[in-house]
Amino acid sequence: MSYGLVKRLSLYLCTALVVASCAKQNKQAFYNTGIIYCSESNPVTFNPQLDTSSTTSDASSHQLYDRLLDFDPETGRIVPSLASSWLVTNDGLTYAFQLRKDVWFHSTDYFTPTRNFNADDVLFSIDRWRLTSHPYHYISGGRYPYFESIGLAQNIESVERVNGYRVEITLKRRDSSFLANLATDFAVILSEEYASQLSQAGSPSKIDELPVGTGPFKFESYRKDHFIKYRRHEDYWRLSLSSEDSENASEQTNTEITKEPENASTPASSSFQSNGGEYSAVEQLIFDITPRSSLRLAKLMTGECDATAFPAQTELEVIRAKEDLILAEKPGLNIGFWAFNTQRPPFNNPDVRRALAAAIDKNTLLEAVYFDSAIRAKTLLPAASWAFQNDADDTAYNPVLARKLLADAGIEPGFSMTIWAMPVERAYNPNATKMAELIQRYLRDVGVEATIVSYDWATFRRHLREGLHDSVLIGWSADNGDPDNFYRPLLSCGAIPSGTNRAMWCNPDYDKLINDALKTDDIEARKAIYRQVNRLLYERLPLVPIAHAYRYQAYRSELEGLTINPFGGVRFGGVEKTL
Amino acid sequence: MTQILVRYCTLFILTLLVLAIISFSLAYLFPGDVLENLTGLVPQNEIQRAALEKQFKLDQSYVHQFFYYVSNLLTGDWGYSFTSGLPLRDEVGIAMPATIELATYAMLMALFIGIPMGYYAGIRCYSTSDYLINSASITIYSFPVFWFALLLILVFSLQMDVAPLSGRISLLYNIEPVSGFILLDILFADIENKSLALKDALSHLALPTFAIGAIATASMARITRRSVIDVRHRPYIAAAISRGLSSWQIFFRHILRNALLPILPLMAIQITTLITNAMIVETLFSWPGIGNWLIQAIYQRDYPALRIGMMAVSTLVITLTILVDLFNRVIDPSREKYERAAV
Repeated sequence: MSYGLVKRLSLYLCTALVVASCAKQNKQAFYNTGIIYCSESNPVTFNPQLDTSSTTSDASSHQLYDRLLDFDPETGRIVPSLASSWLVTNDGLTYAFQLRKDVWFHSTDYFTPTRNFNADDVLFSIDRWRLTSHPYHYISGGRYPYFESIGLAQNIESVERVNGYRVEITLKRRDSSFLANLATDFAVILSEEYASQLSQAGSPSKIDELPVGTGPFKFESYRKDHFIKYRRHEDYWRLSLSSEDSENASEQTNTEITKEPENASTPASSSFQSNGGEYSAVEQLIFDITPRSSLRLAKLMTGECDATAFPAQTELEVIRAKEDLILAEKPGLNIGFWAFNTQRPPFNNPDVRRALAAAIDKNTLLEAVYFDSAIRAKTLLPAASWAFQNDADDTAYNPVLARKLLADAGIEPGFSMTIWAMPVERAYNPNATKMAELIQRYLRDVGVEATIVSYDWATFRRHLREGLHDSVLIGWSADNGDPDNFYRPLLSCGAIPSGTNRAMWCNPDYDKLINDALKTDDIEARKAIYRQVNRLLYERLPLVPIAHAYRYQAYRSELEGLTINPFGGVRFGGVEKTL
Repeated sequence: MTQILVRYCTLFILTLLVLAIISFSLAYLFPGDVLENLTGLVPQNEIQRAALEKQFKLDQSYVHQFFYYVSNLLTGDWGYSFTSGLPLRDEVGIAMPATIELATYAMLMALFIGIPMGYYAGIRCYSTSDYLINSASITIYSFPVFWFALLLILVFSLQMDVAPLSGRISLLYNIEPVSGFILLDILFADIENKSLALKDALSHLALPTFAIGAIATASMARITRRSVIDVRHRPYIAAAISRGLSSWQIFFRHILRNALLPILPLMAIQITTLITNAMIVETLFSWPGIGNWLIQAIYQRDYPALRIGMMAVSTLVITLTILVDLFNRVIDPSREKYERAAV
């Protein structure tokens, strides 16, 4: 009896663990049918037109929807998506989009499409945010933050249906960043048929809660704080698009472009698909909502997640050390900088600004604040932008020069100034206070006494808009690859009242240059203009560019085809899992 | 017997009434608007507010309000959660069974491992194996459950990678909650990979069950051991020995059942500890149970959820305690007949 008891005891004790290990070892094909992504928070809505937070666009933009155009994640060029080709008239005001045929919307429990995607859907999707008179404009709040911030609705004269698969958009002013704006996460295409069904049923707000799109996955269920489940969209247009077709499509694009020499700059690329032409998607996609970053990492390590959002900077080393984990990194579309209030003396003197810039060692800042998870910024543009200028001038650490310039400008040793450090963490500046303390030390070396100022985020931004600062450590994240998304909001005269021009800098030459850049579609010509802009900025130095922070994505080595999308949300279409 | 039953029922109802009073007054004691705390609904305008106040009788005396509140509780209209906007009844209905499931398996583990272990140690008392079991159970019993669970995660999940560390089942499986017990639900579910799903659920269950179960097992073993030793020193055992019964006969005829009697009432106390431990361990394993749910409610200041959560958990504990107590009464007639009921 006693012996039997011991035996039974050890048996019970082991059972649980044995069961557990069995399940792990015999990982079966079933686990390859779905991808689990540990996301960091709940999406606000399933319509990215309504919200600019990355959580919302991660959960909707590239999973549920398609846009007319897309960014190639590698080159940043604009590539065809739902629009198979497009034409721009010589004056750059009218854009004609040829739409792809045979694209189907999701068929779900709550909606079954009777027709395929056509021009009506494009009209509906654009008019919804563009026209305040649109029946769906005020559904779910009536705010379309991205389009409002770039004033796109005001610049569109008309959106017209030419025929079922051709749409013409006419602008009021020339805007060469227009195509880029249509390729952002926010310019998704909704189903007009679904919308009219919903209005008949009297529940229009469902359009943003129970989404229907053309994307690689369709919505299945969502439980707040727990999960979002998606299923494969069986009729997804890229699935039926064999590699031959996609070549044809891009050829077609190219020929149309050559017909219209003015349009040669419009980039087209067939290398959109990340895994060599064959497009495939897993059966299930699941977002496991896990707000704690350490738990996300733990789940990634045990294989409960296949990929995770936003690994913390302190966890990067752990991920790198694990063999079965991959840490993908890419310079993000952002910039952290130190801006001077150029309306306050003595910071209105470019020599003073240059002196202060020469007093700091950017490399030390990168090491201490970003833990080397960023690259040194020379200009406003990160390397991911097509207009990135590799040989741009950069300021160098030179305290001797700094002291000389300060003395020449008549700044006495012991001069005091304020450095405003933003109170929140952002990728482009994970710790502004620490950076401010470092800069404080550097400035002391050249005889400048700096005080660090910080308020709560709302007050901080209000005071900045009022121009109460001498200098500020802050940054900017862009939403599309167009350089205008950096230059205009950060330093143009028009951006002073809206509060994004932290240097309060207004220079007519600069504004003329960036406006000229938008009047041409020729990429080389635009690049040349931005080179002049960079030169001007280097001379006048209204702000010191410090760093472009990397974007990180951690995933298990079983995932194939997952790439960081520097232009917005994560994409799981085309990602495969192999064990 | 009828008298006892009536007594227990009165006790049960009175306790619940006191709980209801407390939970009702929480709506007033919590910061914020009483109407919102009570219903979880945020009125959009004054007209709506007035209508809701009328509906929930907030314009009448506290007594009226309370009776309306209790009638709502009884009909299952428990209000809505601030954060999710879902009916609290549904939320509790999903979270509660998850906790009960975890506690049940841990209890089973305690019964099937702890009690035999206790018998063994009791019979072999003051021998090496007894000392071994005794010291092991003391050691495990003195582990803080929180720390023990973390240790299990560290060793078995993160280092050895043999068990997952969060949730009840891989999210790839679509299991409809019918009973709320994941293992039963898998059996009822209409899915292809049933055995695979079962395996997955068991591997998810292993660590949390072990974390809670080990501590319950340790204390159960200690209680049993003590009881067996007590029984062995009774005169009727000495008489049996002198009659020449073999040690097996003595064990099965005299010790086994007699030692069990004092254990049962102590189990009732164990249940409370078990559920508390389950609620703590849940948060570590992201187990979607009531403990985890309450913690989220605290973080997000979801007052209606806190109010109902407190009500639901205490009702569960009281019900179980009273049931076990009643059961003891039934199987152990030697207890004093007119002893008063107690929680």
